Amino acid sequence: MYLSVLTLPLISCIIVGFLGRFIGTKGSTFIAVFLSGTLFLFSSFLFYEVGICGDTVVIDCFNWFSIGSLYVNWGFLFDTVTAVMLIVITSISFLVHLYSSSYMDGDPHLTRFMCYLSLFTFFMICMVISSNYAQLFLGWEGVGLSSYLLINFWFTRVQANKAAIKAIIVNRFGDFGVMFSLVSILYVFNTLNFNSIFLVLEFVAEYYITIYIWQVHALTLISFFLFLGCVGKSAQLGLHTWLPDAMEGPTPVSALIHAATMVTAGVFLLIRSSHILEYSSTLLILITIVGALTAFFAGTIGIFQNDLKRVIAYSTCSQLGYMVFSCGLSNYSVAMFHLMNHAFFKALLFLSAGAVIHAVADEQDMRRMGGLIKLLPLSFSAFLIGSLALMGFPYTTGFYSKDVILELGYSNYYFEGLFAYWLGLFGAGCTAFYSMRLLYLTFIGETNSYKRVIEGVHDAPIRMALPLIILSMGSIFVGYVFKDLFIGLGTDFWGNNIGYVNNLGDVLLLEAEFLPAYIKLLPVLFSFFVSLVCFYLYSEYHHIFYLGTDSQFAKAGRFIYSFFNKKWFFDAVYNFYIVRVILTFGYNTTFKLLDRGIIELIGPTGLVRTFDNLSMRVRNLQTGYIFNYIFFMIVSVIVYLYFLNFDFYIFNSIAFVIYAMTILQYFYAFDTRKFK
Amino acid sequence: MVRFILFGVALFLIGILGLFLTRKNIIIILMSVELMLLAININFIVFSVYLDDLLGQIFSLFVLTVAAAESAIGLAILVVYYRVKGSIATLFINQLKG
Repeated sequence: MYLSVLTLPLISCIIVGFLGRFIGTKGSTFIAVFLSGTLFLFSSFLFYEVGICGDTVVIDCFNWFSIGSLYVNWGFLFDTVTAVMLIVITSISFLVHLYSSSYMDGDPHLTRFMCYLSLFTFFMICMVISSNYAQLFLGWEGVGLSSYLLINFWFTRVQANKAAIKAIIVNRFGDFGVMFSLVSILYVFNTLNFNSIFLVLEFVAEYYITIYIWQVHALTLISFFLFLGCVGKSAQLGLHTWLPDAMEGPTPVSALIHAATMVTAGVFLLIRSSHILEYSSTLLILITIVGALTAFFAGTIGIFQNDLKRVIAYSTCSQLGYMVFSCGLSNYSVAMFHLMNHAFFKALLFLSAGAVIHAVADEQDMRRMGGLIKLLPLSFSAFLIGSLALMGFPYTTGFYSKDVILELGYSNYYFEGLFAYWLGLFGAGCTAFYSMRLLYLTFIGETNSYKRVIEGVHDAPIRMALPLIILSMGSIFVGYVFKDLFIGLGTDFWGNNIGYVNNLGDVLLLEAEFLPAYIKLLPVLFSFFVSLVCFYLYSEYHHIFYLGTDSQFAKAGRFIYSFFNKKWFFDAVYNFYIVRVILTFGYNTTFKLLDRGIIELIGPTGLVRTFDNLSMRVRNLQTGYIFNYIFFMIVSVIVYLYFLNFDFYIFNSIAFVIYAMTILQYFYAFDTRKFK
Repeated sequence: MVRFILFGVALFLIGILGLFLTRKNIIIILMSVELMLLAININFIVFSVYLDDLLGQIFSLFVLTVAAAESAIGLAILVVYYRVKGSIATLFINQLKG
């Protein structure tokens, strides 16, 4: 059963991918959905055995590769972290399979889509159940690949192509980070197995690597590269630009990959490597700050986006920031808890957004929607539940993890904790604002849509509604049900699977219970307040946003709007200072000068030209005139005899060379055209 | 003695020059070849007298025979060639041109 968790999605992928054209759309859809459902069942059992009963399972299979002292096995590690990740991945994957069987209905490439989804599930599972970094890296690259394939699913759209290429190139930076971390782990530990590495950490805590003249703390270096990987994959500040663009893919893909599972791979990597991170306090501060900045920054952008999916994408980015800074504060269990909760409500949000987009004839701009509350009651309910969970409405799922994260930030005595708290609080306000704005513009406000579109609006069919309902249940109850198990005081759920050097995480959890009441209530009240303000603004002063006056106020407003709408000009700056420079360099230097220039000149083309030239000369020599041939023969014989007369026994070969060169000279000197 | 040898060599060189300076008539080439063979014959004979060895003279007789046969074959080819191409000018014999 444990290994079938890995093999089922692979079987599904192979059957649907290679035999899909023979078994047809319905058959392959059924196989994919059925197998992913079975997969979910299996991983539920697995969660019971590994998570609840506390049996960590390690399966060491055959050798994968061995180089020198490095010996990498196919190993599978099922601990509580893995079990939670598996529950998240397989449940969302199953629901998304089911959802997309209806959402993508009629698409000529439905089988390919199902194949990619299964492939993604396979790689994701391969990543979370690996017992060494090499295998983790395999899954890591694999999910990147599947992400590329799925963003680019509608490959005839140039925007999808661009987004897919952007996603894979930006992710490459993160992948480089992971690769460097693998190399440095190899250098320090001589192994890639989690068990061996985490066992000996204590003994390399003071190990320094000398790079040129700098002494670098080895574990900090490793942690830094791991965090770089996390920044790439989890769309943290700096490498976040690919995530909103990835919304060009089909909506179920956004739900599965770019909200629930793949983007949390970075957080998973941090949690998996938490033992290492704990030895590097410097890097924990960096992680906290970057995470908090991401939470804040993505929230501010989300307010000003007009694309339905982009708002949710920035929300994802923001929530990932919360998870990351929670990791930075050594509260990996809370990060994991938020990861799981976030997966449920964000998948719900994306899937219901998909239902809305489906209903209004593939319109994604919120400004051209509105008034759908009466037409799409189910989607609205799902959206509302998802948004409330996202905002951290009391007793919904998000409340249990997000507020804990903020409280932990405040209860930390260091600067970065407070920094994270205030930025996170502001981010929570932004979350409330854009969630409310989303709900208002899409559902509550007056419609801006066309009559034909409104006439064709229909609520989700059963196969799309079912996942929405299940995820709504999850978004309401998951946090409450699992809170005590995951982050309850003194829970032994995580055991040794999450690193604590000084049990700081537990101390902080206890500390958070004794915060002043207003600090604990501040995030909730602030969110309430902001969402009410948002509702009031949009219902009463909606027209003010469209005023085109030339007053000073409007100019400032336009500047602020474009600043946030253009994502703090991150993309513009990247395009102008990095992408364009690299593209110019790539075209002018490496392509035109090197590849098609020097290498061609001394390589194939040059060789061809030289021999072409030579053969032309030799060919011209063959005049066909008898007297020319005779001339050559006689001259050659004379020259040869001349050199033979030197009678240098040793230098005979040299003499021959000189003779040959003389003959060659004739080749060049002799121009037969004068005989024509 | 040397004069005889020089005579042979001069004849030989004249034959060679005839070979690659002729432009018009292929018969001149045949004649030059004959001339070269005769020059060689003279050399043979001169050296056979000089070395008091009969072999050179016998060999020159062989060469004469072969030369006669060769010129007969050459002329026969020439006739056939003339029939085919209508010309025996060496300038137009360049079918081997690359």
